[in-house]
Amino acid sequence: MNNLEKKKNIKLLQGNEACAEGALLAGVRFFAGYPITPSSEIAENMAFKLPKIGGKFIQMEDEIASMAAVIGASIAGLKSLTATSGPGMCLKQENLGFAIINEIPCVVVNAQRGGPSTGLPTKPSQGDMMQARWGTHGDHPIIALAPSTVNEILTLTIKAFNLSEKYRIPVILLLDEVIAHMREKVEIPAPEDIEVINRKKPTVPPEEYLPFKPDEDGVPPMANFGEGYRYHITGLIHDHKGLPTSNSQEIDAFIRRLHNKIQKSIKDIIIYQKYSLDDANIALIAYGSVARAAERTVKLAREEGLKVGLLKLLTIWPFCFEEVNKLAQQVDLIIVPEMNLGQMVLEVERAAQGKCRVVPYGRVDGELINPIEILGKIREEIRK
Amino acid sequence: MKTVINNYIREEMFPNMWCPGCGNGIVLGAIIRAIDDLSWDKDKIVAVSGIGCSSRITGYVDFCTMNTTHGRALPFATGIKMANPDLKVIVVMGDGDCSAIGGNHFIHAARRNIDLTAIIINNMIYGMTGGQYSPLTPTGKYGSTAPYGNIDQSFDLVELAIAAGASYVARGTVYNPRQSTSLIKNALDKKGFSVVEIISDCPVSYGKMNKMKSPADMLKWIKDITVSKKVWEGFSPDEKKGKYAIGEFLSKDRPDYTELYEEIIKKAQERGGNK
Amino acid sequence: MKQEKLIEVYQNNSVKISIRREWCKSCGICVEFCPKDVLVPDNQGKPIPENIDACIKCSLCELRCPDFAITVEGVEEKDE
Repeated sequence: MNNLEKKKNIKLLQGNEACAEGALLAGVRFFAGYPITPSSEIAENMAFKLPKIGGKFIQMEDEIASMAAVIGASIAGLKSLTATSGPGMCLKQENLGFAIINEIPCVVVNAQRGGPSTGLPTKPSQGDMMQARWGTHGDHPIIALAPSTVNEILTLTIKAFNLSEKYRIPVILLLDEVIAHMREKVEIPAPEDIEVINRKKPTVPPEEYLPFKPDEDGVPPMANFGEGYRYHITGLIHDHKGLPTSNSQEIDAFIRRLHNKIQKSIKDIIIYQKYSLDDANIALIAYGSVARAAERTVKLAREEGLKVGLLKLLTIWPFCFEEVNKLAQQVDLIIVPEMNLGQMVLEVERAAQGKCRVVPYGRVDGELINPIEILGKIREEIRK
Repeated sequence: MKTVINNYIREEMFPNMWCPGCGNGIVLGAIIRAIDDLSWDKDKIVAVSGIGCSSRITGYVDFCTMNTTHGRALPFATGIKMANPDLKVIVVMGDGDCSAIGGNHFIHAARRNIDLTAIIINNMIYGMTGGQYSPLTPTGKYGSTAPYGNIDQSFDLVELAIAAGASYVARGTVYNPRQSTSLIKNALDKKGFSVVEIISDCPVSYGKMNKMKSPADMLKWIKDITVSKKVWEGFSPDEKKGKYAIGEFLSKDRPDYTELYEEIIKKAQERGGNK
Repeated sequence: MKQEKLIEVYQNNSVKISIRREWCKSCGICVEFCPKDVLVPDNQGKPIPENIDACIKCSLCELRCPDFAITVEGVEEKDE
């Protein structure tokens, strides 16, 4: 593709606007939400833009209802989005589980703010990383992505929809207050340059359709309600027909399949970026707005002659275990700066398997982590 | 013995899981007969339920069916209806499901007047979990969590639905299956948010704790506590105590939410650009 | 069909009452509220239309049966 010939579509967008833009490019046609800082601009953008393209927006009575409506609209055939922040994310967990067990594609944005509870509504945090993984009850898989720039918000929102449709699973997009509200230059891709994935449909006639019988990739084809395939959806553990089962073999196979369909395709799902890691003996692992600071730290450290590199996580869940494990064999020290008191560092420790030192660096005062303080942490650890 | 019922049920799921004499099956029959009267296309019917004994109804009917989370059936149904207004969306709830955990969703669905039909099977108790009192348990009656009698004042679902903005509101009973069928049929046929409360029996939880041993005892009790709307209107406040009026209470025409949203789409598209 | 075997059919020249015994849970509602006392319970509590000639085909037993286990059909006279 010759990009030089094409006039680039560059816009100055706020993070939340970029999320809405990305969703539209991915084919979103339904949004249900409830006002909450710092995510409300996504809802406002959707309320304005969706009806212009024949899509639907609804402001529900609460976050629980928003999540339910999004799932309902998805089953009826529309790509669906909701956006919230910590307190709302807590309320969405119940129906998020329903979407997982019934393999209903949808995207849930959590623009993270400080917590617990009402916490810090207008200040950033990365305190919901483990909530994204284990927020809803039961043993379940999840996909969560974490952009660190406004441009990445756009591209990862598209990616979130694609993964959601492809693997029939809700995808959580983890923003934080800073990148949700900051404005940056964004390159809006032309629709023809974007890969848009839609859920696969059944190829068999209705009388042969088993709504929860997986194909080889572990994902069952999905008929939307109203398309002539009449079937049952339930939050109870169900068999291939979608009817409740208490057969222990069926239960076991079902739960394992939910996990395996993600595990099988982990290479397609996991994305990360490496900065100056080739010769590094010290690695930073960061995500979200902290990754921006960490990238700068790498430059500053290199100027001092320190061999520091960065692994920037874009897919948070499933965790890039293999890559971190490899990295731990290469470097002597991994520092994990994050705006919490140590959440993803736990995964890093697990993946490192004791092959190098893993050190957390946390900040929970509602302020961003800056490059200098990460550099300070590096110096401090070197001295040890 | 082929009846209209057989054309609409998932036979492999029968006999149903409900206790002997449970009113849920009677309401299921009334819903099916009402749908059959309307000759609706099964492919275009969606039945949504929440959690509780009554919510198992969706597993038994051969439509697009969805047994969702406790109290949340209406918002799920709202998403479905918004996404595809051509679908006929029926929501079946229990009394606890609809009026306690789902109470907020209920009044807001009514306020929006979205074109859904809500059928509430009111057995005045949480049956599935063992007979705890619900917001529709009459004051003074017993439940497993009201061993000394219920001091709560119960909701009048009919008045609640009318106040919240529903287009159609009716109440029937499982003792009066013909009337209930026709009320459900009217509700299904009505554009906008329609509500039909069906007073039902839970012989195992409610009956046992309130001195009604058999399903027949419960149905007799339901017969005794209900009067037609007309008779009710002539009652003094004292006579009304402990009684329920049955019949049709409201049927009015008002634009439904999906129609109003179509207007929004038109407006947004006419305006164009980013204004 | 297996299920057909379990349906008991009682008929006179005006009405046919069918009872699907495997679906019947012996709740007693049909027996209790039959306005003409057509139905009596057997030793399992399931209905037997012993008094079928009294049936007025009101179908209340069918409409109130929570288990779709009893049906009432009118019998049309046929010329053979």
